[in-house]
Parts: sequence; structure tokens; C-alpha cells
Amino acid sequence: MHSVSVKNLTLKFGSAEVLKNLNLDVEEGEFIVLLGPSGCGKSTLLNCLAGLLELTEGQIHIKGKNVTWAEPSERGIGMVFQSYALYPQMTVRGNMSFGLKIAGLPKAEIAKRVDRASEILQIGPLLDRKPGALSGGQRQRVAIGRALVREVDVFLFDEPLSNLDAKLRSELRVELKRLHNRLKNTMIYVTHDQIEALTLADRIAIMRGGIIQQLDAPQTIYNRPANLFVAGFIGSPAMNFIKGETVDGGKRFKFGDVSLDLAGYEGGAILDRPKAIIGLRPEHLSMVDEAIPGHTIPAVVEIDEPMGADSLVWLLAEGRQMSVRVPVEHRPAPGKQVHLKVDIAKASLFDETNELRI
Amino acid sequence: MANTPLAAGPSGAKPKPFITPQRAVVYTVLIVCAIFFLFPLYIMVITSLKNIQEIQSGNIFIPTMHPTFDAWEKAWNSACTGLYCEGIKVGFWNSIKITVPSTIVSIIVASLTGYSMANWPFKFSEVFFTILLLSSFIPYVVMIYPLVIITRELGIYSTLPAVVLVHTIFGLPLLTLLFRNYFASLPQELFKAARVDGAGYWQIFFQVFAPMSVPIFTVAVILQVTGIWNDFLFGVIYAGPTNYPMTVQLNNIVNSAQGGKAYNVDMAATILTGLVPLAIYFFSGKYFVRGIAAGAVKG
Amino acid sequence: MNRPNPLFRNLNSKIASLPMMLIVLGVFVGGTVWTVLFSFTNIKILPIFTPKQWIDGFVGFANYKRLFNSDRWMSCPAITKIGQESWQFKCTGAMPNMITYAILAIIISISLGFLLAVMMDQKIRLEGMFRTIYLYPFALSFIVTGHVWAWIMSPEYGLQHAMRELGWTSFSFGWIADRQMVMYAIVIAGIWQGTGFVMALMLAGLRGIDEDIWKAARVDGIPAWRTYIQIVLPMMKPVMVTTFVLVASGAVRIYDLVVALTDGGPGISSDVPSRYIYQNFSANLGQSLSASTVMLVSMAIVLIPWMRMEFGKKSQA
Repeated sequence: MHSVSVKNLTLKFGSAEVLKNLNLDVEEGEFIVLLGPSGCGKSTLLNCLAGLLELTEGQIHIKGKNVTWAEPSERGIGMVFQSYALYPQMTVRGNMSFGLKIAGLPKAEIAKRVDRASEILQIGPLLDRKPGALSGGQRQRVAIGRALVREVDVFLFDEPLSNLDAKLRSELRVELKRLHNRLKNTMIYVTHDQIEALTLADRIAIMRGGIIQQLDAPQTIYNRPANLFVAGFIGSPAMNFIKGETVDGGKRFKFGDVSLDLAGYEGGAILDRPKAIIGLRPEHLSMVDEAIPGHTIPAVVEIDEPMGADSLVWLLAEGRQMSVRVPVEHRPAPGKQVHLKVDIAKASLFDETNELRI
Repeated sequence: MANTPLAAGPSGAKPKPFITPQRAVVYTVLIVCAIFFLFPLYIMVITSLKNIQEIQSGNIFIPTMHPTFDAWEKAWNSACTGLYCEGIKVGFWNSIKITVPSTIVSIIVASLTGYSMANWPFKFSEVFFTILLLSSFIPYVVMIYPLVIITRELGIYSTLPAVVLVHTIFGLPLLTLLFRNYFASLPQELFKAARVDGAGYWQIFFQVFAPMSVPIFTVAVILQVTGIWNDFLFGVIYAGPTNYPMTVQLNNIVNSAQGGKAYNVDMAATILTGLVPLAIYFFSGKYFVRGIAAGAVKG
Repeated sequence: MNRPNPLFRNLNSKIASLPMMLIVLGVFVGGTVWTVLFSFTNIKILPIFTPKQWIDGFVGFANYKRLFNSDRWMSCPAITKIGQESWQFKCTGAMPNMITYAILAIIISISLGFLLAVMMDQKIRLEGMFRTIYLYPFALSFIVTGHVWAWIMSPEYGLQHAMRELGWTSFSFGWIADRQMVMYAIVIAGIWQGTGFVMALMLAGLRGIDEDIWKAARVDGIPAWRTYIQIVLPMMKPVMVTTFVLVASGAVRIYDLVVALTDGGPGISSDVPSRYIYQNFSANLGQSLSASTVMLVSMAIVLIPWMRMEFGKKSQA
């Protein structure tokens, strides 16, 4: 039994299809991140799961129960929002117990649940304060607490860390992971921040245009992106793309005067394709002084951007701009002629016509 | 725009360190205009404090040497409004009887309508709302007679309920706009959070939104109390002679020819009629300004 | 579980909106349609109106013809040619009175209101006090305003009398009793009551303008008055249009002020459409309804610029 199961979900606003025949199965206890650029439908999908948006077609099952038309509170979900969405006139305790009071739970039970949640989140001292008197991080903890007291199986997070500053964000990120390890609930988490996605997720669903482009473990998504969009979206700095063609029965990738040996590429049958794209992550390239035929690309250093431990070096190769990540002590001087060594096992090849990974 | 505070600080050029010719001009214009606006208030007050001989022999500019509240007393208790000579106090209490229920009913209806429009839209709700807004520009004369028929068919013509109904109807467009814009400006995630918590239409309204909406309710009360208190037309048409509000009684006192023109009593009655809205205005200046600006400059 | 019946979706919301929907349909739409329809009949006061009564009473445009032939509504007997090209129109009646009032009230209150708002925006001292003074008349009833100004302008004891008594014996201010000038007397009272409101709207508009505009203008060395006229004024267009619509729609409705200040006098020289219509309800209902319809059309004409702006905004979004 899946924890959450979305079947053929379609959502239309007027004539615009925001979600297109979408399917998603989430396992019990899994941490799923919905990742994508703004307008990709990730928050919309979450709102559909919560029952805050009425879908046009399809079904949603939670814990095997069809909840497609159920009220949000009847779905067995808790939700945490970007803006915290705390009730300003209620105390922290009031915020956390509001839903339980509406559900008609006995007072003792409410107090017990609030105490347990506040202990987990270490917000005990804040219980009698109003949200206005809390910092952003504290507010978001309270918002998580409000979801926690519902004692539900599925937590929905809608960009919960986006309103926090960078330092707090990384702290709470670790805390969320700890919380998941402890509670083992199913969590569905929407973000546009790929670091959050890569660090938190068991599986990431990359979305664009109301369609899930790829649903896989973070490492798979990073190393073997299913298509050109995923490859370009994940990774910072972005993957280098070079247009060219595959020749010799799929043994070599040719662009300009360069020809790369494809032996060792991990993927499907390459074949001869007149329009192909090779994707090389900046950290999968290295600089060497001597050319190795079939394995290097000649390039000229333009500028470098030192970033503490690493330095990102921008070069011109065959008239194309490329970036390489090197240890900061290996920074080359601008104008230097170098050769970029390609680790073909970590490269990605795409067919330019359908943009899919080969 | 609705919430642009007038107190946000001037955006004009920085002041020079001492009085320049430009600033002298600015202050001259402001003071001359202030005199123009204050002048009638001054005249009203000093006239009401004079006795009738002083008025007939004296000069309206010159304050009296022997101020007396006789005219106020007479205006309140015994001035004639045509048939009766019971003063404007009758109108005062009628105005209270009209204003209180009209304000309450119109705000209840409008706040719920605005809340529905903002947070619980349904099929054609936008259409209704658009027509409602456009309706605020229809001249009253167009709907006066149909409303006479409607209230007569309901059996309430010439009674308090009729005038309460009419005030509720004509207050609806502006108030609904006010409340809809306010509720729409509240964070949508708050509404979603409450729904996930299991709160329904009424619980969200009363337990989540209403406690956060004291300012907008204050604005609405000020808007309605001053508007309804100052109304003349609906009172004279729908309330019936026994329920005539203060404005109608004032008009009757001034136009009543019984016993010759008593300008001091007229002015005292005029001040008394203006006193309630003036008091509201002076004690709630910020909300008053916000209310009229919110109603007028939207978006 | 099936898709719930859409009729019951947001049911509470529909129930709570029911009064509004009834009012929109029954009063605003229904009442307007009723008035327009029955303006084509010679109906008299009756308890209820049915389609049969409409058909039986149908008289076409007769009410409108009579209305525009009525001197009380509008008459323009003295169109005289003066000089080569220019004509002098001399119209009297309720409609021209209202138009005179509307034009003057719009021009004066908007220009004076804008001027005051600009002055108030100069980081002046006692801003709150000035604002309170300019705006308090707006809190008053038109009936109060009307009676105060009637007293001030009364030729017998008012301003004229006071000035003459102070020694300026040739001073004359008898507009309120002068058929030619009485509408201007009403304009003065209207300006007194409404300008503060215009000032408040304009000031809110001015304060809503980006601070950086002022900085940029100062860096460019543009004098303040020029910035106001050439940069700020065009940016205030939405506020201006809204103010125009509000002042104009108020002017079209003008009633209470006239009733209190002049009661249409002297004679009927300051009659206005609303007053004309109410006075005809009992004697001449059909004509009242046709006059109401004319008012509706006038209002629509005033509203067109505003509507175009609103819909223009929507299509851009």
C-alpha cells in the first residue's frame, strides 16, 4: 500500500492545464521533494493533495483511502506553509490546539499532544507567547508543531524555509531531516531550492509545465538526468552543454575539431546521431597541460571566480563558454592555453531532437 | 493604495533651514484656506450663542458679549418641526433608532458578503460582485420608486425596518468592497492553514479572521454611522413622519415659519445635528481618512 | 466517494451571500430595469406593476418628449450669436443647473484639492491640524452644510449685512436670492464640503509615489514645481480619474444640499434633477421615471472613462 498515490491527476484553471495527467506514488515513510522552477505546478500539486484545490480529473489516495473529494481536515495530512500562517491573535499553544479543538478532542488529550510536540521541537518556553513575539525560525517551528499535533501520517511542506535567512535555513534543514528520521512519517516537500532537495529527499520529483520530468533518488537525478531540462536545472554552477554529433556507430562525439571517445559512457545505445548534446558538469572536468587525443578539449582561460575551497574557471573552447571547478590552489592565469580532460563515465549524452538522455 | 497611510511622511522637497519666500506662500495658502473652512463653524457657534435681538441688530462676525445656551435648549426641547414643537431631540432619538440597527445589519451582511467573495468564491460570484460595484454609481432616483413598491409589498413602508433595509441596501456596495479587499489582503496561507485544521466557513470567519479585522470593522462602523446619520433622502421617504431622523427634523425646524425666524435656534439645531458625526470625526480622524480613502482609491 | 454536487460546493458562502444576490437582482438590476421599462408608460401610482399594466400603459417616448419640452427640466430659449464665431447659450432648468454645478464643482474642488495636497506635502508643521480643518466639513450632512451657508449668505443678516454694517456700504452678496447667481452659491457650499475629501485622496496619491522619483528629479536638477506638473501629475492619473468619477457622480446626485440651502429657489431657479423627480413622483410618475432614466444615462456617460480604465487594466493583466 502506498502512503500517497496520485492517479491521472489533471487540473485546469479555465482552459489552462496546470497539472497534466500526473501520476505519483509515495512510499510509506518516504521523503519526497517536489522541485522545479516557479510556475511548474509543484505548489499546485501540493494544494491538490491537501484538498485546498479541487482537481479537474483523476484521483488521490492517502493510506489506501480515496480522498479525492474529502475535506482537507479529513485527509490525514498536516501542512506547513512558507509564510508560517500562524493565527496572530492566538498564542503558540492556541495555534497548535486550534485544529484539535475543532475536531472536538478532550482537553487532556490536546494538552498531551501539544506538550509532546513542543518537546520534540523545543518550543516549550514559547507556548504562551503570540506569533508576533517570535523570530522567523521560532515561528516556523511552531507551524511544524501545529502539523505535528495532528498526529497524521503525511506531512505536506510548501516551501517552509524560503522566508528564512541562509544560516537559519541550513539549521532548520538539518532539523527537518532529524525530525523525519525520528518520526518516520511520509513527507512531501515543495521547494525551488535544489540544495534542500538534494539534502533532504529520498526521492526528488523534478517538475516542469505541470509534468513530472523525473522521479528518482537525488544522486541518480544529479548523475544521470533523464533529459536536458533536468540536467540544466540541477547543479550549480550549471552543467556545460556542447552541441555536436555522434559518429562511428556511436563510438565518438564530434564537435568542431574535437572528437571525444565515448567508450565507458554509462547509458543506452548511442548510435550515430547527427544532432546530439554532451553534458559535462564543471566538477567532472579537469585541466591538464598536454592534450590526450579523444579525451581532452583545448581551451583558453578567460576568468576565474574563487569561491573559498574551489574556484570556478571560465574558459573558451571552440568558441563556446565552459566552466570547470578546480581546487583554489590550481587556479590558472587568464589567457593560458589548457586542455580539459573529460571523465566520460560521468558525462550525459542527449538526443537534441527529443531532449532525452541516451 | 487603500492602506497608504497619510502619515507615511511627506514626499515633497526637503525643507530649507529657514523661512523662504516659497514657504511663506505655502503657509499663506494653507492658512487662508483654513480660515475659509473654519468660518462656517465659527458663525454657527457664535450665532447659536446669541439671543434673537443681538442677531437682528448685530453683525454675524462679531461674537456675543452675553453668550447664552437658551437657543440650544430651545432647539433641543421645544423648537417646532411643522406640526409638533418638541424640539430636535425627537429627531436625535429617531436617528439613533435608525443608525444603530442599520449600521449593525449592513456591516453583518457586507462583511459576510466580502468574506465570501474573497475566500469562498462560487460560480457567478464575480459577476454578482461586479454588478454590485457598478450599482454604487446608479443614481438613487432610479431605485427609489421600485424600493417604495418593494417595502410597501413587504408591508414595512413608512416604518423603521424599511429605512434600515434601504440603508443596508445602499451601504452594501462600498462596504462589501471594503471587506472583500481587506480579506483578500490577508495571507491566503492563513486561510489554507485553518482549512487544514478543519475550520469551516463560520469558524474561519469568527475565530480566525474577525479577531484580526478590528481595524476594518472600525472603519466600516465610522463610515456607516456618519453616512446614515447624515442621510436625509431615505429618512424622508421610507421612515415615515413619526420616525423622521434628525436631518429631516432640522430641515423642518429651519423651514418652519411658526413664530418668526429664530436663526439662533436654527444654528443650535444645526450644530446639534452635526455633533455626532463631528465627534466621530475628531476622535477617529485616522480611521475616518482611511475609510474614505479605502472606499475611493482601490487597487 | 464521488464528486460532490457543485450546487452544494461552498454552500455556506452561498447562503451568506444570498442577501447580496437578492439585492443585486431584485433592487439594483430589477429596480433599474423596472424604472427604465415603466418610463415608457403613462402609469400612475398603483399597488403593484404587472406586464399587462406595462402593455396597457405603453406610450413610447411621450414622457421623454414632454420632459424635454418642460421648462422646469430644461429650456434654452436664448441662444444668441455674439460676434463672428461665438455663441451664447443661456439654458435654464433642473438639468442645466446640475450640469453647471457639476462642471464647477469638479474643476474647483479638484484643482483646489490638488493644490492643498501639494502644499500639505511640503513637510509643513501642523499637518494633522490642517488636514483636520480641511476635512471636517466632509463629515457633516449636506443638510447641515446647506443651512449654515444659507445663514451666512442670507442677504438680510448674513455676510452682506455684516460688511455693510462694517462700513463697506456698496458690498453686495445676494447670490442666494439671485436667479442668475444662485447656482454659484450652491457651488460654494459644495466646494466647502467636498474639497477636503479631494485633498485627502490627492495626498494619499502623492504619498503613494515612489520616493526615488523625487531623488531622481533632484539629481537631475528639476525644480520642484516642474516635477509636480510634469512628472507627478501624470503619475497621479488613476487617482485623478477616480476622484473625478466620485466628484462627478456626487454632483449628478445633488439633492440634499439644494433642499437645505435654497429648496430650489428663488422660484425654481436652483432646481436640480433629483428634486424635480421626487416632486413629480405623485403627480406625474411616468415623467419622473423617464427623468430618472436620463439621469442613469448621464451617469453612464460620466462613468465611461473610468470603466475603460478599469477594463484596460484587466486586459493587461
